Amino acid sequence: MSEFFHMGGYAAYVWPAYGIAAIVLLGLLAATWKGLRDAEATLKALESAHPGRRRARAAGQRPSDKSAGTPAEASE
Amino acid sequence: MHRFANPARFLRLSAALLPWCAGATVILMILGLWLSLFGSPPDYQQGETVRIMYIHVPAAWMSLFVYTNMAVAAAVGLVWKHPLADLFAKAAAPIGAGFTFVCLVTGSLWGAPMWGTWWVWDARLTSVLILFFLYLGYMALVNAFDDPQRGMKAGNVLLLVGIVNVPIIKFSVDWWNTLHQPASVMRMGGPSIDPSMLAPLLAMAGAFTAYFLSVVFLRLRTEINQRKIQTLRLSAAADGTRG
Repeated sequence: MSEFFHMGGYAAYVWPAYGIAAIVLLGLLAATWKGLRDAEATLKALESAHPGRRRARAAGQRPSDKSAGTPAEASE
Repeated sequence: MHRFANPARFLRLSAALLPWCAGATVILMILGLWLSLFGSPPDYQQGETVRIMYIHVPAAWMSLFVYTNMAVAAAVGLVWKHPLADLFAKAAAPIGAGFTFVCLVTGSLWGAPMWGTWWVWDARLTSVLILFFLYLGYMALVNAFDDPQRGMKAGNVLLLVGIVNVPIIKFSVDWWNTLHQPASVMRMGGPSIDPSMLAPLLAMAGAFTAYFLSVVFLRLRTEINQRKIQTLRLSAAADGTRG
């Protein structure tokens, strides 16, 4: 078994290659997962704040986030 | 409403396909790792370092495959204004950049013991480095505009201009005298590599492709949600100023 990890003397090159690939692929997956969760939470909060989805016609219903001033500003 | 008709259909389709892609990723990755580390012999010249190839070469294939897909999507986005095409390119870019990074780093780790150098400025290595910068440049460009539509358009143009680099990478080992070896799998006359080494290569390539599909589906879902969030915020802001 230790012979396997030794990789014929090239362990210092072979294992980092597999390690880097694992870190990049798993890291990308984790970041993607978190991004999706965050976006879904934001969307849910917005949709419940504006039940009419597009245009809340009801006069009494004001948008909850007052920070959004003009459309140009809100487009980030 | 009809603006989201197509993305809605896509969301249903991708939700149905995602479990299959994720399952294929896990199974092919286990198979690929087993074949790479246990089921294949050491090379008669390179010894155990040949096992780096099973990460390096599939990652290189993916770097070109993902970029080509993004460029096709960019053309579709520019010509037909298909909203999903723009989002696909944006969603795929970090994955392509990741594979290109893995390709470059594993190439260095392989070059150090076998070539005696971590890096040379030869045609293959330099053109892959340019591919990596194209990915990074695209990602910076699409996010550099206040208006996302303009960012997408600029990014799509960059992707189409950069596609010229793809054949340069592919044929660089034939056109120039490089330290990098020529193709041994995707070549005229069939693969020249031994089947015992071809099997782990193909398994890992399948695993990486399934991984790409799974993650790009998730990222596309995120992008569609972001688009909806933006629309909701805009209409909320418009109501705010009108009312």
